Amino acid sequence: MQSAEAGQDSGGATGDAGHNRALADLYRTMRRIRSFEERVGELFLRGESAGSMLHLSIGEEAAAAGICAGMRPQDSFTTHHRGHGIFLARGAEPQRMMAEIAGKRDGYCHGKGGSMHIADMGLGHLGANAIVGGGIPAVVGAGLSSKRKRLGSVSVAFFGDGAMQQGILYESMNMAALWDLPVLFVCINNQYGMGTRVDQATRATDFEKRAQAFGLDGRAVDGLDVEAVRQVAGEMIDAARAGRPGFLTVSCYRFFGHARMDKSPYRDASEEAEGRKKDPVAFARDRLIAEALADAATLDQLDAEIGREMDASIEFAIAAEAPEQAAMFRDVFAAGEPEPEPLRTRLDRVLARR
Amino acid sequence: METLTYRDALRRALAEAMTEDADIVVIGEEVGRYGGAYGVTKDLIQTFGPDRMIDTPISEPAIVGVAVGAAMTGLRPVAELMYIDFLGMSMDQLANQAAKIRYMFGGQIGVPMVLRTQGGTGRSAGAQHSQSLEAWVMHTPGLRLAMPATVADAYHLLRHSLTLPDPVVFIEHKALYARKEAVDLTAPVPPWGKAAVRRIGDDLVIVTYSRQLHFALEAAARLAETGIEATVIDLRTLNPLDIDTLRAEVERVGKAMVVSEGALTAGVAAELSSRISEECFDFLEQPVVRLAGEDVPIAVSPALEGASVPGVDLIVQTAERLVRW
Repeated sequence: MQSAEAGQDSGGATGDAGHNRALADLYRTMRRIRSFEERVGELFLRGESAGSMLHLSIGEEAAAAGICAGMRPQDSFTTHHRGHGIFLARGAEPQRMMAEIAGKRDGYCHGKGGSMHIADMGLGHLGANAIVGGGIPAVVGAGLSSKRKRLGSVSVAFFGDGAMQQGILYESMNMAALWDLPVLFVCINNQYGMGTRVDQATRATDFEKRAQAFGLDGRAVDGLDVEAVRQVAGEMIDAARAGRPGFLTVSCYRFFGHARMDKSPYRDASEEAEGRKKDPVAFARDRLIAEALADAATLDQLDAEIGREMDASIEFAIAAEAPEQAAMFRDVFAAGEPEPEPLRTRLDRVLARR
Repeated sequence: METLTYRDALRRALAEAMTEDADIVVIGEEVGRYGGAYGVTKDLIQTFGPDRMIDTPISEPAIVGVAVGAAMTGLRPVAELMYIDFLGMSMDQLANQAAKIRYMFGGQIGVPMVLRTQGGTGRSAGAQHSQSLEAWVMHTPGLRLAMPATVADAYHLLRHSLTLPDPVVFIEHKALYARKEAVDLTAPVPPWGKAAVRRIGDDLVIVTYSRQLHFALEAAARLAETGIEATVIDLRTLNPLDIDTLRAEVERVGKAMVVSEGALTAGVAAELSSRISEECFDFLEQPVVRLAGEDVPIAVSPALEGASVPGVDLIVQTAERLVRW
């Protein structure tokens, strides 16, 4: 596990050496996300994923890499349903992620959560969420715990532009501001809530202004430039840790459909071609080369290594075993509590009495 | 022995638990400075301060959602919904988040929170402040559900709820807050998840919970005057559900009636009736009868409100018909 992906801010060093390493690390994180998401698509095409509800974050890598670079190990977060990249950027193991996406026992949630409910308490991942906005208030609760127990932790809610139209966001932002909690709200604005473009969902698309109206430090950043994201996120996470909660909206473009079955009939090819020019991975790569921080051959080699790592995650997921049937009744309540009685057991008991 | 109200017992349970466990915080509307809409948390802010008696804006979804996040990160929050009717606002955070987190995340973490709320009729509070929505909770795997009827249970079930590893919905009855009983809170009560047999008789079993327990006991006293002896079971918790006690009593007696304030169709009474019918079929002499709320919203008019839920007269009349079938 790389330190940058474990949440250490490696961009804190000053001077060219620090800058070099920071951008290279961010590039690597973004490339790993891109490659992982491509493999998720492949897992689906091979018929090995658990269902088709797989939401890829290709095009959104700068938000995940840039923001997570400013987080510390004790920090926690929740994500939306398009959160693979964020979890990877926080240090998740691709193999266990892919196994979870395949619904296997070796996955992070033993195959019970899947892509949309992946979580890991060890990495502070309080859960991905399949209810739009559903995971947002949990970070306010985590902020409350942090403040009361003096944990020194920040909690970050990641969500999409779709959640900007959900009421729970506003209740949560209001409480975070009211109580000066160590919380950061992050809107990854990929321009689409499923098939509805953001300007078809609201007249007020300057989302940071909404947050400012609640007394939060509301800012916007272009998700093309991962260094810009890292810079502003680092400042805002530090401020949140000091009790000044914030809201950051990161603009980007969702390269592909909503989920695997979506062929994006609601937008045309020219729009997609234009949108995909806003590629944070290519942008970072070009900058690394232009600033002579890395050469193309080295980056090609890195990309190939990452590709092999992610290929291995597919093989791991396919080879992993399905959960045993008895696991169905486990974890409804805490270990040691009686498990729900299986239907067949009950039927056998009831009918045997006749 | 001392004389306590149901409200006093709840307040004492909260105060003692908060004294023992510094991670317990109360989060809700008017819980602090105001002291709770029904006075349950009165003056607790003076002991525990505003950092532990957290007054919130009117944001029911976030009250529950913040409690979920706090419970996952080391606190033991008591979220208060002033009326159970507001569950319509909060149901995503309760049913999709709190109830499912342990399971979805493969057992990594639980949500040790208590959602205190109150329901039921009796105050002409109207259709949006008088419902009995326990079936919504009971229908959701992952939630515990306590519904105390007595002063001692108000105390003990709340104390126990504040030690559990999973989310508990704790539904008080608004018509019971002022109820006084002489109690000894040091006397033993049945363990969590066990029903209490409040009266023993051989002619029929009345299964109930929350305020209807008191109607059932009053009815049983009147029935006894006419020679009908009823067993009255107070379930205390609906999850866990104490099927063993139900089965034992119904098999012994052979006739059963379920009494609940919740609406009849697909309600708690329906579930209880179905369980009893399945489990005790060979022992039943009559169909299991459900007495439940009418399938109507609750009207403000006391004349309509009172008639829309079971009461003593209906229990007596139905028991007589059941026993003398």
